[in-house]
Amino acid sequence: MTGWVDALIQGILLGGLYALFAAGLSLIFGIMRLVNLAHGDLIVLGAFMILTIAAWLGLDPFAATLVALPVMFAAGFALQYLLLNRTLGRDLLPPLLVTFGLSIMIENGLLELFSADSQRLDAGAIETASIKLGGGIGIGVVPLLTLASAIAVIFALNLVFYRTSLGRAFRATADDLEIAQLMGIDHSRIFSVAMGLGFIVITIAALYLGMRANFDPTIGPGRLLYAFEAVIIGGLGSFWGTLAGGIIVGVAQTVGAQINPEWQILAGHVAFLAVLIFKPRGLFPRAFD
Amino acid sequence: MTQASPAARYSIETKTRASFAAGIAACVLVAVFAALPAFAPRDFIEDMIFVLYMAALAQCWNLLAGYAGLVSVGQQAFVGLGGYLLFALTNMAGIDPLIAIVLAGVISAAFALPTARIVFRLRGAYFAIGTWVVAEVYRLVFAQFKSLGGGTGTSLPPTVTNQVFGISAIKGLFEVSTPAARDIITYWVALVLALATLAVVYFILRSRLGLALGAIRDSEPAAESVGVDNDRIKLAIYVITAAATGMIGALIYLQKARISPDAAFSVLDWTAYVIFIVVIGGIGTIEGPLVGTIVFYLMQRNLAGFGAWYLILLGALAIAVMLFAPKGLWGYVAERYGLVLFPIRRRLVVKSGDGG
Repeated sequence: MTGWVDALIQGILLGGLYALFAAGLSLIFGIMRLVNLAHGDLIVLGAFMILTIAAWLGLDPFAATLVALPVMFAAGFALQYLLLNRTLGRDLLPPLLVTFGLSIMIENGLLELFSADSQRLDAGAIETASIKLGGGIGIGVVPLLTLASAIAVIFALNLVFYRTSLGRAFRATADDLEIAQLMGIDHSRIFSVAMGLGFIVITIAALYLGMRANFDPTIGPGRLLYAFEAVIIGGLGSFWGTLAGGIIVGVAQTVGAQINPEWQILAGHVAFLAVLIFKPRGLFPRAFD
Repeated sequence: MTQASPAARYSIETKTRASFAAGIAACVLVAVFAALPAFAPRDFIEDMIFVLYMAALAQCWNLLAGYAGLVSVGQQAFVGLGGYLLFALTNMAGIDPLIAIVLAGVISAAFALPTARIVFRLRGAYFAIGTWVVAEVYRLVFAQFKSLGGGTGTSLPPTVTNQVFGISAIKGLFEVSTPAARDIITYWVALVLALATLAVVYFILRSRLGLALGAIRDSEPAAESVGVDNDRIKLAIYVITAAATGMIGALIYLQKARISPDAAFSVLDWTAYVIFIVVIGGIGTIEGPLVGTIVFYLMQRNLAGFGAWYLILLGALAIAVMLFAPKGLWGYVAERYGLVLFPIRRRLVVKSGDGG
């Protein structure tokens, strides 16, 4: 019994990490209808950037992330402004194939720079710290911090979206690009800011990815799939739905692993397919398409 | 405008002068390809097997993405499925590999139907990632079958590979060793599969189905409004390409004679390379994937040694083509010289004469 309760709790905490993966994907899709196939590789890229900054400046991962955030914002802004804005339009293929190409370039670039060795962000004592709940169940501090950060990020994204003029511009361009342009919104700049913001979320996700487990350049596509599943399960256009979706994928994985360790990943995918069959629009849909 | 009877002055043609010449050239080319094992060295035959199956996979993906608008990033699901079916049917059921290839196509189509029911709930870009998830599910499920080698994989025993139908006849005919004879048979099967895929795509596009696909590509609501059943047509295309991809997968793993889940369901080998071929060659044309396959083969031959840098180059090249020449190499040539080798468009021909 303890094993199952533990699996449930660890699954919810793991779901926090997946919600962080998914929040960036959901943000970018919500504003510019861009499905970024390089999303997972960008998270891994973020983790390597934090690792490098931490090593160069002798910082702990949290401080290194603060240094990485503005760099990643600028990188996201530039990527959208210089490359991805050119691909947006009625045709589905260009954004998909360009981000797929990017995914392959990032993965192999990281392989060339850092080799295929497993890496980890070393956060010191906090890594092994845990809170005892009794009955042999403990909650790791880092997993708990991950979930708390996911909630904070989603709360902040909702604030930006519904309470600021930037958010109004985001929603306007998402609703109707032409009308938004008529109202004087510079959509290519708005999209670039949105991608910059997406990269901030990506960097936060990267921090927890690197602290919770080992990572190497090849794990990007897997993270993309978990993020995608969380977004679809939650329902398009709803950030809180994305959190729920992440938790569902996380719980499915830990419960699956509890049944048979080989079934962890498979169980997450199966949960996603089940939602797709019974609730094709997700659990908390807000947007169409 | 005079009121001449329209039937007399207008006619619909698909043939072009270049396509007629190309037809004759194609017949000669096919004959040369078929006779290749008589004079080409064995390593060249092995290279050509690779070229033929990549060309066939590219035709399939082009039909899906370029014509039916189904951008799948999960076609490795059917390559791997076909490969595993070959192993299961030959190793466990004792069926001749050549028959197993055909059966693999039928069974892949049967798998494609329920798969489509799930992934078709997702549209556009979401469909793309959905197919990728499904391919991962296939990979993880096949890794569970201990009798097929589990996660580490398994090999085809010589009792299977050396008893492909016709091997002894080939050995006698060309005076070669058993493995070389197996390569020759695999090569011919690859040639037949590649030509059959090409022919199926060509005739689909010239049929009513092709017209419907063109309508869907231009505007889904408009196609629907003139009576095109979009979902049924997309389903048909998805199942047809799954069957072809499954057969190609079975052939690939007959040649490799060793299978593992990670290799058989590799997104890089069976989808990324294929997308690269189609994009470089020109998506939405029949000629494009053929041109792309030649370019890809030459790059693979000369640059694959550079490892990660080679893949970075492929990614960059695909992005550059998508941004600056979205119609690909063939699109550029065709536009500039008005060249069409596989005529699938209906052109209205107005006879000159009494003005109009």
